[in-house]
Amino acid sequence: MELDNTGRRRFLNYLLGTGFGATLIAIFYPIIKFITPPQVIEATQNSVTAGKVSELALNSGTIFKFGNKPGLLIRSAAGELKAFSAVCTHLDCIVQYEPDKRQIWCACHNGQYNLSGQNVGGPPPRPLEEYVVNTRGEEIVVSKA
Amino acid sequence: MNAETVRLWLDDRLGIGSIAAVARKKEIPVHRHSIWYYFGGMTLFLFSVQVVTGILLLLYYRPSAETAFESVQFIITEVKFGWLIRSVHSWSANLMIATLFIHMFSVYFMSAYRRPREMTWLSGVMLLLLAVAFGFSGYLLPWNKLAFFATKVGTEIAGVIPLVGRPMLRFLRGGDDVTGATLTRFFGFHVAVLPAITTVIIGTHLMLVQMHGMSVPPGLEGQNIKKMKFFPNFFLRDLIGWVLAIGALAALAALFPWELGEKADAFASAPAGIRPEWYFLFMFQTLKLIPPKILSFDGEVIGILAFAVGGLMLFIVPFLDKPGNPRRKRVFTVIGVIVVLYIVALTIIGYLD
Repeated sequence: MELDNTGRRRFLNYLLGTGFGATLIAIFYPIIKFITPPQVIEATQNSVTAGKVSELALNSGTIFKFGNKPGLLIRSAAGELKAFSAVCTHLDCIVQYEPDKRQIWCACHNGQYNLSGQNVGGPPPRPLEEYVVNTRGEEIVVSKA
Repeated sequence: MNAETVRLWLDDRLGIGSIAAVARKKEIPVHRHSIWYYFGGMTLFLFSVQVVTGILLLLYYRPSAETAFESVQFIITEVKFGWLIRSVHSWSANLMIATLFIHMFSVYFMSAYRRPREMTWLSGVMLLLLAVAFGFSGYLLPWNKLAFFATKVGTEIAGVIPLVGRPMLRFLRGGDDVTGATLTRFFGFHVAVLPAITTVIIGTHLMLVQMHGMSVPPGLEGQNIKKMKFFPNFFLRDLIGWVLAIGALAALAALFPWELGEKADAFASAPAGIRPEWYFLFMFQTLKLIPPKILSFDGEVIGILAFAVGGLMLFIVPFLDKPGNPRRKRVFTVIGVIVVLYIVALTIIGYLD
């Protein structure tokens, strides 16, 4: 009589295969989770004091901290206050105000925005995020719309 | 105990004799394109300079946002010959990328990737990507302004790729923004992950080159080609090149010491005139020229995907260009020339811009 071992062989191969697979998953799952950085919960800040009116000359701009992101505060030649996110919508660089051209400029890839934050030249695909500016006496208060 | 006994003792245990036999058998074809055979070895030599100077820098470098810039400053101002070691590391990195490009294009134009050397080509393209990854991760480590923005832009480029982009960006940055976490991560890539992978692939690449021997350009196949012994004849010529390279590195490091610049500041505008290292310049310039919108897609997404497709094409070149078809060979030569011209032209425009 011949013993038919194929069923048992298949069963053992299956056990070995799944066992090996499960071990690999048990090793790599924590590694992949480990290298993915944890989400840091940001303190949602809705308004911030960006500076003093007297410290900002006409036709100039300055970077201020809005939480952990940079913002751009501009006092136009006419004295109007404007605030935007300073993060260029193209590739994440930080923009600056160009007084001689009276526009917002990103040095990284020559992106240009006008004083309403509209992308008017170069590669940026979207306008800058605009913030609401209020003055409280001397202090300039910027808040998210 | 004389030298011969020592040699025999070692040969018994290490099999040096058989390795020496392989080295004795190795020959280099001598023809009008033989000059291009030197650039692989030159790249390897510059890589070994990187390993040595890199380990030296590691003794003083401190990888955190608070200390990185200051520790590099310490290396170049206080540590004896620190300026030299750092400058040689930076210059050698750049020369290595340059010789790597020359090596790759010479292999390409001589069709040396054809059967049976497809895997040699694949491992070579991997080494090119690794070299660029070394350059990109190492660039951030001094934590200066230029490096900070280069890393922001570079990681954001990964981030705009559809679907996989966002998780990739967070993986590279160690969070949502470029911070001290990014610096630590890049340090880990630069001194541990990339060297480990590179060692394995360089080993494979060199082993394959030994296995198949030097490729002879298709135009010279079948002709009676002179040969030269690799050891010592060709090796000594290699050595002359390496000595010249050391001279060039010393001269460059002494005459043009690598700048450190200003410390990175997450709340400062990108400085005017900012541009990446020369080997990224053609891509940088392309991103500058591309319009904001192509149809309804963001321009930069299209540009980046185009470069990704280009990279993929580079990988599969040996499977597209098969031997025995002179017309196809000509097509590949023309494509190669166009790519070289594009890279050279946009690099020059990038510098003039």
